[in-house]
Amino acid sequence: MSISVDPAARAGHLGHPPRVGFFTDTSVCIGCKACEVACKEWNAVPEDGLSLSGMSYDNTVGLGASTWRHVAFIEQPADPARGVRWLMSSDVCKHCTEAACLDVCPTGALFRTEFGTVVVQDDVCNGCGYCVPACPFGVIARREEDGQAHKCTLCYDRLGAGLEPACAKACPTKSIQFGPLDELRERARLRVGELHAAGQDQARLYLDDTADGIGGGGAFFLLLDEPEVYGLPPDPVVATRDLPGMWKHVAIAAAGLAATAVALGLGRRR
Amino acid sequence: MRPQVTVPVRRRAGQRRRAERPMVPDAEFTSYYGRPVIKEPVWRVPDVPGYLFLGGLAGASSVLAAGSHLSGYRELARVAKVGALGAISLSAVALVHDLGRPGRFGNMLRVFKPSSPMSVGSWLLAGYGPVAGAAAVSEVTGILPAAGTAATLGAGLLGPAIATYTAALICDTALPAWHAGYREMPYVFAGSAASAAGGLGLLATRPADARPARDLAVFGAAVELIAKRQLVDRLARTEGQNLAEPYETGTTGAILRLAEILTAGALAGAVLGRRSRAVSALAGASLVAASAMTRFGIFEAGMASARNPKYTIVPQRRRS
Repeated sequence: MSISVDPAARAGHLGHPPRVGFFTDTSVCIGCKACEVACKEWNAVPEDGLSLSGMSYDNTVGLGASTWRHVAFIEQPADPARGVRWLMSSDVCKHCTEAACLDVCPTGALFRTEFGTVVVQDDVCNGCGYCVPACPFGVIARREEDGQAHKCTLCYDRLGAGLEPACAKACPTKSIQFGPLDELRERARLRVGELHAAGQDQARLYLDDTADGIGGGGAFFLLLDEPEVYGLPPDPVVATRDLPGMWKHVAIAAAGLAATAVALGLGRRR
Repeated sequence: MRPQVTVPVRRRAGQRRRAERPMVPDAEFTSYYGRPVIKEPVWRVPDVPGYLFLGGLAGASSVLAAGSHLSGYRELARVAKVGALGAISLSAVALVHDLGRPGRFGNMLRVFKPSSPMSVGSWLLAGYGPVAGAAAVSEVTGILPAAGTAATLGAGLLGPAIATYTAALICDTALPAWHAGYREMPYVFAGSAASAAGGLGLLATRPADARPARDLAVFGAAVELIAKRQLVDRLARTEGQNLAEPYETGTTGAILRLAEILTAGALAGAVLGRRSRAVSALAGASLVAASAMTRFGIFEAGMASARNPKYTIVPQRRRS
């Protein structure tokens, strides 16, 4: 499958605006959850996690149909002198360059916007649920109440009005940065350099590489540990990359079955 | 409360990672509180595994119907045509019932997307259903026999696609136990479908009238047994993590093993007991049941591989 770094153009948006996204710099996240709240308020997303989970300060536990920003809290025993290392990270839909949810959606409810983001159309989705297991990050989910799939829209309505997404607007430390993706990638590389120079050897970018298994994320991250520590897959690959191979084997198997019909038909009744 | 769940994983000596402890044979994988990385499907049981079975039964029954129609096994052709219509009608009910918004099932035909096996399948079903229906109605009522023959052949052509596309449907996901088996799954599904359709024919016709059903059943059961063994072998060889585990352990493992034993037994019964109505019928019923159990087992194995983060994380960690 050909890989284009310009998904909006690939989807037929001619003369589209630059691709935008999120750079989430977890090194400055303070776990305030303003992003979770702002997202819910702006997008009128129902409540789904006010209880205690036993997972540090995490109440929402993971992304889902009604949690479009999720702040993860990880308490790591560090060296005795410095005590516990407390990692915080605001997770979100990755708006993949090669998006599995979008590929497999049978109704066209999921679509690529002119900004290069991936959005569900609420008036089209019939709740088939195929996008749910397709996503290599476990982002999109079906909401019990309305039977439809929901996820982050990267505030499509706000983008149209020239505003930044609600979560980025609300973030008090600029851990969530919004902007043209090229610019964000440049900024992220500088930030990693700064952190390395300051002795933070563990700092690394996640999903910033267009050569990765999803063609790079429209939302990417600066992490301070391995991705799986934050509940992220270390090397996700969009399932659709193997679809030509799947269709090939389906075609051979189907042809074999059809040949059987012919064989059965040739043997005249004795 | 421990901040992270770490589980020991067997790791080959000399493998990269944790360079400061090169001699430790068992290493660990880390996850976020043991939570799954991916989401398991919201597809309900019995709707979706039932559809995997019924779609296979319908598609392969149409294959059998076309074959026996041409070779003059009219009794068997009638059984297969009616069986195909029955199975595909139940399938449609199961599929619509499983939608979050059943009233919007028509949106399945809003677009055609080759990148979505479900879209391809919807269009296949939209073409196959009416043709299989016409074949059955013409057979039973005797109306428009020429059109009935054409419909029988048409359904026989589309049937194999109906029986196998579902393999791509489940494998084109992030579920490790399904996706990693995409090379073998279509053959497992084709074999399982053929053995179910042959089994139905054996069950419902006298042995003298059932030769094509027996041939299809024997062929299908053999293909299913071999392909499933190859599927499990490949998954067991996955770097770092045995992805065959969900197929071999717990209730799912027991169901799949029982299905294998039933299939093998029925295979022997169908061949050795080909003159006995009772043995043939028992073999046929066993094949139908085994096919259903195989689909339910494969469905559950995929779900289990989504629930435990090790199946997602460890193979990715190994290749990254």
